Amino acid sequence: MKLKTLALVASFMALPIAAFSEPVKVGIITTLSGGGAGLGIDVRDGFMLAVKQSGNTDIEVVIEDDQRKPDIAVQLADKMIQSEKVDVMTGIIWSNLAMAVIPSAVAQDKIYLSPNAGPSALAGRGCHPNYFNVAWQNDNLHEAAGAYTNSAGFQNTFILAPNYPAGQDALTGFKRQYQGELAGEIFTKLGQTDYAAEIAQIRASGADSVFFFLPGGMGISFLKQYADSGVDLPVVGPAFSFDQGILQAVGQAAIGVKNTSQWNKDIDNPTNAAFVETFQAEYGRLPSLYASQGFDTANLLLSAMAKADISDRNAFRAALKEADFHSTRGDFEFGNNNHPVQNIYVREVIKEGDVYTNKIIGVALENHVDAYAADCQM
Amino acid sequence: MSFILFAEQVLNGLQFGVMLFLMSAGLTLVFGVMGLINLAHGSLFMIGAFAAAAVAGLTGSFVLALMAALAAAAAAGALVEVLVIRRLYDRDHLDQVLATFALILIFSEGTRWIFGSFPLFLNIPDYLSGPVTLPGGIQYPLYRLTLIGIGLAVAVGLFLLISRTRLGIQIRAGESDREMIAALGVDISKLYTIVFALGAALAGLAGALVGAIQSVQVGMGEPVLILAFVVIVIGGIGSIKGALIGSILVGLTDTLGGLFMPALFALFMDNSSAATAGSALASMLIYILMAVVLIVKPSGLFGARA
Repeated sequence: MKLKTLALVASFMALPIAAFSEPVKVGIITTLSGGGAGLGIDVRDGFMLAVKQSGNTDIEVVIEDDQRKPDIAVQLADKMIQSEKVDVMTGIIWSNLAMAVIPSAVAQDKIYLSPNAGPSALAGRGCHPNYFNVAWQNDNLHEAAGAYTNSAGFQNTFILAPNYPAGQDALTGFKRQYQGELAGEIFTKLGQTDYAAEIAQIRASGADSVFFFLPGGMGISFLKQYADSGVDLPVVGPAFSFDQGILQAVGQAAIGVKNTSQWNKDIDNPTNAAFVETFQAEYGRLPSLYASQGFDTANLLLSAMAKADISDRNAFRAALKEADFHSTRGDFEFGNNNHPVQNIYVREVIKEGDVYTNKIIGVALENHVDAYAADCQM
Repeated sequence: MSFILFAEQVLNGLQFGVMLFLMSAGLTLVFGVMGLINLAHGSLFMIGAFAAAAVAGLTGSFVLALMAALAAAAAAGALVEVLVIRRLYDRDHLDQVLATFALILIFSEGTRWIFGSFPLFLNIPDYLSGPVTLPGGIQYPLYRLTLIGIGLAVAVGLFLLISRTRLGIQIRAGESDREMIAALGVDISKLYTIVFALGAALAGLAGALVGAIQSVQVGMGEPVLILAFVVIVIGGIGSIKGALIGSILVGLTDTLGGLFMPALFALFMDNSSAATAGSALASMLIYILMAVVLIVKPSGLFGARA
């Protein structure tokens, strides 16, 4: 009896102390194995770099690998919510996984910060106060590619993307801005590795340019096969088709290609310069846009933690929405649907010494708001 | 639809088919001769590609890279046969599936340990890169033509090996009656190791050849493995001829389906939904083909037994 009382007293005494520091538990579910692993590893490394630099000990991170499989992502999310009791979730790369996990996580009052996937279904009518996208709405970079294609004077473009939510968003986004004719439109299989059939159709279509969205290993395969096929039409794409992880494997074939991105390592601000330098020092490779998104996601979270307590969800959401942090992109601001309002740049692939990388050559869309923001009632 | 596009797609289908054949030939031999379901066959494909990428990176020679792929995959195959697979012949298929699935995980994680998660660089050699013009004005990449050539040459070689050599006789005998050839004094366990290593070497060769036009990365073998199983089901288990015909059928169906289905749907739908519906149906076509073959001939096109 005495022991029980003592334990009770001890636990009462422990409570206020725990409430005082109130650590935030973050669950990262991302792709760390299989074909899309490079993207998830970059997001994770960017996120952990920001956490490490902050020196903040009130943040506890749990990391799990979804293997790019929606069913596994759902199991991991359940585990994180029910047994790990995380407060904030982040990390998902692929939009089909995002659609399987995010709606139920935010409905269970978890905050979700998307470091990459931005499916249209979560930006418009399906927007949610607990859901913040730190990267972009899926259509954005493709809209910018469409705008660039107009300004470059192409009239008859052939477009292709994988058949999954982000692929459909990609082609929709491209067509929203692009004013010329379509020489053809193809949906490929997600994870497809051989594009000979598609390249033959491009050759036969009489197009004057090609727009493609093929992230990760898909882009490497496509570009290598395209370069070898003798089709020499100019290609345009979003940054996903030409990110830092892909370029080294594509090699010479990518030089001179134009692509659109919200970030590049040469955006001129002190946060970005420090990020590029410290990321390289820590991991021994150049950061990709995915790494910058992971880094920004962590800094956004840390900025909100400094202002509000996670147990007060309303205050915490308001603190997140203010986005009072130094982004690698310069100024960072959320629109009404908790998606970024930002510049999207045109980049060109160049070779710096032995390394293939990108350089900004212009702005495709300025302070761009996504097309679904108006549908969001929040 | 122009003739050139059609001809190019037929070549693409053929090229895809012969690469599938290299994978499925080993799989069907192992299944036919030893009665073993080897899910780890895709890992041997991956090992071939990684060995080729590593050697090409060190020496810059594509021929050496191909030889390294053959040697590495054959060595890995022989090692796995002696250490693990040998214990599985008398077990039922479920045990084999479990054990070889474990091998996939071990190979994938092991490769990730050594090479990391980012795709490796394996390029087409200069003398095989670029397109050539075929009769009829068809422009086609030289490398893919070479792949078709190599695949068909391997098919002929395998056919001769099986029908003309002593080893081939033993393999065929092993397929029809395992106990009897053991009783006749053939060293069955040595035969099994040889067959397994041969199948592994072919898978490794396919991995290296395909790796040069795709990306060399962990997990690259599994999607091909699924198709290889479809091929041996269509062709008939244990039949090299079935594997060849099945591979080319699957290759052509997949490639031409991707071309014709969206065009077919476009006749009565708008372009964008036709593209979606057409590509969805096209990706199902090979499984529909497999179902039809199984209904008409339950043991596959050239299968000896069900």
